[in-house]
Amino acid sequence: MKEKKSLLRNGGFQTFTTSIVCIILGMIVGFLALLIIEPSGAWGAIVAVIKNFFSYPSAAFRLQYFGSTLAKTAPLIFCSLSVLFAYKVGLFNIGAAGQYCLGIALALYLAIIVQLPWYICLLAGIAAGAISGALCGILKAFFNVNVVISGIMLNWISLYGTNLLLKPAMDPSGKDTFRLVNKAKQALLPTLGLDKLFNKNQYVTIAIPLAIIAAVVIWIILDKTKLGYELKATGNNLNAAKYCGMKENRNIVLTMVIAGGLAAMGGALYYLSDFEQWNVNASAVPGMGFNGIAAAFLGGLNPIGSIFSSYFITHITVGGGNVDLSRYCAQIADFISSVIIYLCGFVLFFKTFMNKRLDKAEEKKIARARAAAEAENKEGGNA
Amino acid sequence: MLLLVQYTLVFASVLLLVALGGCISEHSGVINLALEGIMVIGALGGALVMKFLPYTHGESSQFLMFICVLGAAVLFGVIYSTLLAFACINLKADQTIVGTALNMLGTALATVVVKSMNTAISPDDHSSEIKYIDAKKAFLTNVGDFELNWFMIVAVIMLVVAFVLLYKTKFGLRLRACGEHPQAAASVGISVFKMRWAGVLLSGLLGGLGGITYITVGVSTWKFENGVAGFGFLSLAVMIFGAWHPFKIAGAALLFGLFRALGNVYNGFDFLKALNIPSAVYNMLPYIVSLIVLAFTSKKSRAPKAEGIPYDKGMR
Repeated sequence: MKEKKSLLRNGGFQTFTTSIVCIILGMIVGFLALLIIEPSGAWGAIVAVIKNFFSYPSAAFRLQYFGSTLAKTAPLIFCSLSVLFAYKVGLFNIGAAGQYCLGIALALYLAIIVQLPWYICLLAGIAAGAISGALCGILKAFFNVNVVISGIMLNWISLYGTNLLLKPAMDPSGKDTFRLVNKAKQALLPTLGLDKLFNKNQYVTIAIPLAIIAAVVIWIILDKTKLGYELKATGNNLNAAKYCGMKENRNIVLTMVIAGGLAAMGGALYYLSDFEQWNVNASAVPGMGFNGIAAAFLGGLNPIGSIFSSYFITHITVGGGNVDLSRYCAQIADFISSVIIYLCGFVLFFKTFMNKRLDKAEEKKIARARAAAEAENKEGGNA
Repeated sequence: MLLLVQYTLVFASVLLLVALGGCISEHSGVINLALEGIMVIGALGGALVMKFLPYTHGESSQFLMFICVLGAAVLFGVIYSTLLAFACINLKADQTIVGTALNMLGTALATVVVKSMNTAISPDDHSSEIKYIDAKKAFLTNVGDFELNWFMIVAVIMLVVAFVLLYKTKFGLRLRACGEHPQAAASVGISVFKMRWAGVLLSGLLGGLGGITYITVGVSTWKFENGVAGFGFLSLAVMIFGAWHPFKIAGAALLFGLFRALGNVYNGFDFLKALNIPSAVYNMLPYIVSLIVLAFTSKKSRAPKAEGIPYDKGMR
C-alpha cells in the first residue's frame, strides 16, 4: 500500500519554504539596520528596495527598468549555475568571481583591440574561464589544494590580470574601457528584437534567453544523464565512485571546467551587451560571483530555482540604488543578501527541525488512534 | 632596503596573527573561512576608536590610544566570530557556506556602518572611508630610520602565547583532541562544544588584531568597501604552508610578507625598476606564490583530522 505523504514532507516544498523564511528573516534584519541608521525613513527605504522599478510612475519606464533588471539577472544566473554545478560535485567554486572577470577580459580585449565579432569574443571568454576552472580542478585533483583557497588566489590573480589586459582598451576620458557602441559595434550582442519588448531597452539581448536555456541544460545534465550521475556520485563519495570505476580526477577537473566556463560566459555576455564597462583600476573583484553563491543556495541548489533566486537578488540589489541616498546607502541590499546566505547555512537545521516536528505530530496521532481503538475494543468486550 | 624589511615584517605580522587564529580554530575542529570578514570587522572597530578618541602627542595618550584600538579590534573580532561559532557548532551548519556569508557580510556591514556614519556627520559625504592620520602615529615608534609598528611586537607575543597555549597546557591538549577525534575527547569528559567555541572565539580575537594591523600599514585612510583584499585567505594559505604549527607558520608568514611587501616598495630598487614590470604583476605575486606553494605542500597535509565536520554526539 502506498502511503500518502504530507505536502510538508516533500523535499522541494521544504526547500521552497526555507528559502522564503530566509528571505523574510533577511528582510527583517535589513529593516532593523535601516531603523538603527535613521528611523524616520526606514519604511520608505525598505519599500524602495522591494519595489525596485515598480516605484516609477510611467508604465513605459517601468517596462524599461524591468528590462534592465533582467539584463543584470542573466550574468547572475550564470554565476549561480557555476556555483551550484560545482557544489553538486562537492566543490565550492568561490572562484566564480575570478572566472567571471576572465570572461570579461578576453571578450572585451578581442572586441575592442582586435575588433572581432561577438560570437568569437564570447567563445574566447568562455575558454578563458574554463581554463582557469581547469587549473583549480587540477590543483584539487592532483595536488589536493583546497578549492576555496586556490579559488580566492585565482580571483585576485584574475582581477589584476584583467586590469593589465584591458589597460590599452581604456577610454582616456575616464577610467573605464571604451563603450562598445562607439568603438566595437561588431561585438555588440544581437537583441533579436527583444529590446522592442522592453520599451527599446538596448541592453535586453540574447543573454537573457541564453541564461534560461543554460539553466535547463544544466538541470538536464545533472538529473537526466549518465555524466551527471557520475559527477554527483564523485561528489557524494569520492572513494565509492573510484571503486565503481569512475575516473574521479577526470570528473573533478571536468566539473571545474564547466563551472568556470559558465561563470565566464555570464561575464562575457554581460559586458558584450555594453551595459557596463570595466574599470581598469578596479581594486576589488566584482561582487557578481559572490552573489552567485547567494543565488545558488537561495535557489535550493536547483538550476531552475536559481533562475528565480537570481532574479530576486538582482531585484533587491537594483532596488538598493533607489533608497534615499541622502540618508542611506545602496549597500544595504548587499547587506540583506549576505544575511540571507548566512541564514541559508541553516537550511539543514530548518529541515531536520521540521521533520522532527512532523515525526512527533505523527507519533501522537498514532498513539491517539491506538488509544481510541483500545477504548473501542474494551467497549465491544463489555457489550 | 630598510623599507622592504619594514614592510615585510609588518605584513608578516598581519599574516602571522590571522594565520594563528585560523590555526587555533582548526585545531579545535572548525575551519574558519570567515577570517577575512573578521579582519574587516576588527579593523572597523579599531578605526572607529582612532577616529573618535581624542589624541594628543605624549606618552600616556599614546599608550591609551594603543590599548583602546587594540581592545576595540579584539572585541569586534570576537563578537563577530560568535556568529560563526553559533552557526557551525550549535546549528551544525555547513562551515564553507557560513564562512563565505560572513566574509560578504563583514564587508557589507562595515560599508553600511561607515557610509551612514559619514553621511550622518556631513550629508554630502557618501564615501566609505575613515581617516586616522594622527591617531595612527600613536603606535609607530622610530628606531633610527626603522619605523617600528607596535603591532609587530603584539604579533611576536601572540606567537609565543599561541605556542604555549596549544602545546604546553592542558587546555591546548584538549582543544587539539577535539579537532582530531571529538568523540574520543567527549568520552573522557571534555565538552567538545565548549572547546570549539573557545577555538573560534580565539580566532576571532587574533583575526580582529590582524585586521587592525593590516589597515595601519603604509596608509592612513581606509576604504571599507574594499574589505581586506583577500588577506584572510592568504593567511589560510600561510597556515597550510606552516603545517598548522605556530613556529612554522611564522616562517611562512615572513616569506609571504616579503612577496606582498615587494608590491609596495619595488620602486625603491633600481634593478627592479629597470625591469619595467607593470605594478599589476607585483600585486599578483603573493597570490601566485601561494598557489605554487600550496601545490607542493598540500599533498601530505597535516590538517587536524576532524576539521570541518560538525560534532555529532550520536556518531561514535
